Amino acid sequence: MASLNETGTTVRAPRAPWLTLKRRETIEGWLFVSPTLIGFLIFFLGPLIAVVFYSLSEWNLLSQDTTFVGLANYEDALTQNPDFWQVIRNSVIFAAGLVPMNMALALALAMALARPFRGVVFFRTIFFAPVVTSAVAWAIVWKFLLQGDAGAVNQMLATVGIDGPNWLREPNWAMAAVIVTRVLKMVGLNMILYIAALQSIPRDYEEAARLEGASEWQIFRMVIWPLLAPTTLIIMVITTIGSFKVFDHIYLMTGGGPENGTLVLAFYIYQQAFEFFEIGYASALAMIMFVIVLALTVVQLILRQKGST
Amino acid sequence: MALSQPQLATVKRTCWMLSLVVVAIPFLFPFLWMISSGFKGPTEIFGEPTLIPRTWRWQNFVEVFDYQPFARQYFNSIYIACAVTVLTLLLSSLAGYALARMRFAGAALLMVFLMSALMVPEEVTIVPNFFLMKWLGVMDTHVPLILLPVFGPHGVMATFLMRQYFVALPKELEDAGKMDGLSRVGIWWKIALPMSRPALAAVAIITFLFSWNLFLEPLVFLSSLENFTLPLALSNFTDPYGAPLWHLQLAATSLAVVPILIVYLIAQRQIIESFAMSGVKG
Repeated sequence: MASLNETGTTVRAPRAPWLTLKRRETIEGWLFVSPTLIGFLIFFLGPLIAVVFYSLSEWNLLSQDTTFVGLANYEDALTQNPDFWQVIRNSVIFAAGLVPMNMALALALAMALARPFRGVVFFRTIFFAPVVTSAVAWAIVWKFLLQGDAGAVNQMLATVGIDGPNWLREPNWAMAAVIVTRVLKMVGLNMILYIAALQSIPRDYEEAARLEGASEWQIFRMVIWPLLAPTTLIIMVITTIGSFKVFDHIYLMTGGGPENGTLVLAFYIYQQAFEFFEIGYASALAMIMFVIVLALTVVQLILRQKGST
Repeated sequence: MALSQPQLATVKRTCWMLSLVVVAIPFLFPFLWMISSGFKGPTEIFGEPTLIPRTWRWQNFVEVFDYQPFARQYFNSIYIACAVTVLTLLLSSLAGYALARMRFAGAALLMVFLMSALMVPEEVTIVPNFFLMKWLGVMDTHVPLILLPVFGPHGVMATFLMRQYFVALPKELEDAGKMDGLSRVGIWWKIALPMSRPALAAVAIITFLFSWNLFLEPLVFLSSLENFTLPLALSNFTDPYGAPLWHLQLAATSLAVVPILIVYLIAQRQIIESFAMSGVKG
């Protein structure tokens, strides 16, 4: 008996007839991935399945009893609890504000910093620095800067005669403040992804367009932007999903306030589960978050398919 | 007055640089303000804003350690991040190697299966994980903070990063190793790993920072001060009424952030590239 190994040479099978090279490779392969896979099943897939069951039950923390309640938790969220829709609205506003601002700024910075010039490394380093800084530190410092009258931002605005609002205590300003500071924290990441994409575009394309007499804007619009489309799509997916995950930033800057004005879905799940111990309800919220993120990913993947054909 | 061509270019360049500097202010300023305020006293911190403190209060950096077991918390963060990094490197390179090099039944399906994890936010699985950890009896220990990043979506991302790198490596050396009678594990450890230093470095960097900056998990799993990690400790410098003690909080934040920033400044190229790698593949 003989079988082929991966280099295509014929080798003798080992003595035990069932242990073909192919079988051996399968066993070894699974052994190699088993630590990752077992951990993944226990700490990720198991909990993901469990959360479905949790979301269909009502938990009594005193008696440690659970009762099956069907879709009551979902019904509660979607039709009973007015907080839920405010939270969804907040999450959508947060994403709708953050994603375009982040991407536009990232692209602008990348366009400015993709080609080498004196000081380019300096600027790249500065714009990327918040990415390696902990979200907690960033949120703490900005909370300090954005205090009412004593905050540095308002003190500086006062010197030019502007009476700044109490940023984190007024609902609309608070939302704007957490969006902008989050963009500042994360924009560097998208910037370097765009820089990498820009640097992979051959310069000839641009030169050719310039020789044809295209303006800078036309070159961007007709040559660069279409070539960046795949990168733009990936960045959009990552940034949108990321915006739904944001928790620490808002937890520390506004605590979800004022008047729940910055209470987003990730925070709401945390609050319901670990502050109010509404386990069933929190699990239903987690499922809703899962579905939203999944839907966003699928929609964007479909767009990508369309774009490439 | 008309400007000559080179003069015009200089003006343009200067305007360009100035606008970049203006955009850079909100990125750079918070760091400067954080450090400077960390040296101010509790009253000066609310007075006239000055970048250079009028009196340098070094005392803040002593009080930070008196207020809570900050040295211990600092150490916790370091050792947890190291443990997470070493485990992630080992497991992700092992699994990534198998997925890249070994043709085994079910490998393709396994890839898709693992990849689906990249879309799931941690918030979705945190509640069942809370009960799992409670059942395992590891609440208020560092076990969840080590296990969850290693086996969660971040670990999967690291596995893919390693796989992509192994796929692109030339096979010849490994085949030579096989001829010399090395086992699979031997080939992985002695040949494949040494060749994949750049990928290992990238995984190490993003994993260390991922663990170092983790907030939700410590918040959910830890309750005693001496078990806290840095991000949790930083949010905890408050007076009995819950109002932040800004001078201590900012001094502590500086102590946590500045070492990372120094490493970043030294190795910024390598660090930025690591994030670019993970971003494109993750």
